[in-house]
Amino acid sequence: MRVARFLGGRLIGMIIVLLIITFITYAIFYVLPSNPAQLSCGRPCTPDRLAQAKTFMGYDHPWWQQFLQYTRGIFFGRTFGAGPAAIDCSAPCFGYSFRLSTPVTQLILDRIPVTFSIAIGAAILWLVLGVSTGVISALRRGTAIDRLLMSISMAGVSAPAYLVGLLGILLFGFTLNMVPIGGYVPLTESPVDWLWHLILPWCVLAFINAAIYTRLTRGQMLEVMTEDYIRTARAKGLSETRTIGRHALRNVLIPVATVFGLDLGGLLGGAVITEKVFSMQGLGALLLDAVGNLDLPVIVGVTLFSAFVIILANFVVDVSYGVLDPRARTGTR
Amino acid sequence: MASVIATEPALEPSSGARQVARRLSADRGAVFGLVVVLVFVLAAVFAPLITAISGYGPYEYDLAALDDTGAPRGFGGGISREHWFGVEPLTGRDLFAVVIYGARTSLLVGVAATVVSVVLGVLIGIVAGYFGGWADRVLSRATDVVFGFPGLIFMIAVGAIIPPWFPKSLLIIVVIGFFGWPAIARVVRGQTLVLKQRNYVVASLAAGASATHLLFRQILPNLAATIIVFATISIPGKIGAEAALSFLGVGVPPPTPAWGRSIGEAINWVQTDPMFLFFPGAALFLVTLAFNLAGDGLRDALDPRSEGAGR
Repeated sequence: MRVARFLGGRLIGMIIVLLIITFITYAIFYVLPSNPAQLSCGRPCTPDRLAQAKTFMGYDHPWWQQFLQYTRGIFFGRTFGAGPAAIDCSAPCFGYSFRLSTPVTQLILDRIPVTFSIAIGAAILWLVLGVSTGVISALRRGTAIDRLLMSISMAGVSAPAYLVGLLGILLFGFTLNMVPIGGYVPLTESPVDWLWHLILPWCVLAFINAAIYTRLTRGQMLEVMTEDYIRTARAKGLSETRTIGRHALRNVLIPVATVFGLDLGGLLGGAVITEKVFSMQGLGALLLDAVGNLDLPVIVGVTLFSAFVIILANFVVDVSYGVLDPRARTGTR
Repeated sequence: MASVIATEPALEPSSGARQVARRLSADRGAVFGLVVVLVFVLAAVFAPLITAISGYGPYEYDLAALDDTGAPRGFGGGISREHWFGVEPLTGRDLFAVVIYGARTSLLVGVAATVVSVVLGVLIGIVAGYFGGWADRVLSRATDVVFGFPGLIFMIAVGAIIPPWFPKSLLIIVVIGFFGWPAIARVVRGQTLVLKQRNYVVASLAAGASATHLLFRQILPNLAATIIVFATISIPGKIGAEAALSFLGVGVPPPTPAWGRSIGEAINWVQTDPMFLFFPGAALFLVTLAFNLAGDGLRDALDPRSEGAGR
């Protein structure tokens, strides 16, 4: 019962935030500055054709009706225009790109495998790498290993991903000729080539992001190791591995999970920089193309989609809090 | 979520400026960071003077330094006595001047965006912490919403639709700054909750002081150390955000020199002219590293708890 209420509360919170974000995004992109009908009307744009385009796209209504239509489209789908020329956009409809004559949802779905492949592989790598180096660093505090790891992680925090990516391409791609310099091969086409093309992007992202986790884990670990329950665990005669693995790590992982959820969510919503560096056609590339062509429905669709992914990731983090930390369930923290 | 930041101790200004300076100067990393930051600031301020000495400004196009394909002539991307860092491929701009003037762009955007988020964050945090209740609830909802926005994606998208008459650099500062306020608001809120229980605040309240007086004369000065540390720590992230936008071609518009844009252009030259990547990249890395080291050092120096390594 308590768990159900906890989950329900979080779910409602998530939906409210989603609606607010949809509203703000919609308001900024559709209502304020630019005019999508004007953009797609073509030349010469007669007032007649402009009015036609407006009606067809649904921009002839007041802005709040447009917003409601858009939101309804996400849940139930919608139809643009009427008669034989009507375009059906089934749920979840994030809009329709009149430039590419494709529903935005379809465009996003086509790009998801690329971005998700990059993000999930890299995330696993950096989580394992970051947490393990952080624990080692904390347990060997003040030694040469600690100093070395902390220096490397300082470099990782300070280096921009694209710089490391380009250096990686230069070294492993051009000079040593070990990995491809870019591109993406679908997993279903050839798992080996898929892996081969993703190794460098994964390593680059892992290096950059693991640094943050190393520092965070180290700090948390140092704090946790002074707690009473660690002393108790040791006094009980538990082995050091068990003390650290079962008692310390569990508490260290709570803040790590928060950051991890946000980072992974952000990356799943479009690995813009990585995709650009390694010339991969993911969500980020879709957005950059749309920005270059002022394809407004795609810009809004991708922005919203990545917001949804981030909020979903936040929700998963909140729920996993409940698993990791029973206190969070009752709210007595 | 709050546990990451909110557990940070209230930094006391009581440590004394001299003591802080002593601790700071004992930290080699921090000293290195501060020196490098100072060098970049000086380079940015005196950019016209420096490029007058080096001989080429950032808007002079020396096409004679390029060969027929547009690649720089000679060793290391055209490094010579005239062009200390070589030249930009295709345009023949002096890369040294581009890097020096790029420091202006990076530091200006980085610092200005930090000011935006610090002002917003402090105001919102202090109000939420002091008044509590609905103000606090609205803040935490707003924080959720801002955290839900995909920052980089949003910045790219907004840059595309903003009317052309709106200055792009100002937009970048405002947008980057805007996405930074929730983090500082949380820290300030947490500390305000602690500070408003202090005797001197309670005493002022009992003596009939107004809320404005309490907030800005009693509580705010005690937050100074925290705010300074937080601002320093968040500058490198802002510099990185500007560079990322410029790298993607949606940042500071050309021809204004920006390190990120140079690195983005260097993608196509990485094999033939790696030096075009090296110099702007090294500058960006160095200034970020320096701010990170300085920020870490400053935090340790201002937080007596972390002194002497062992607690």
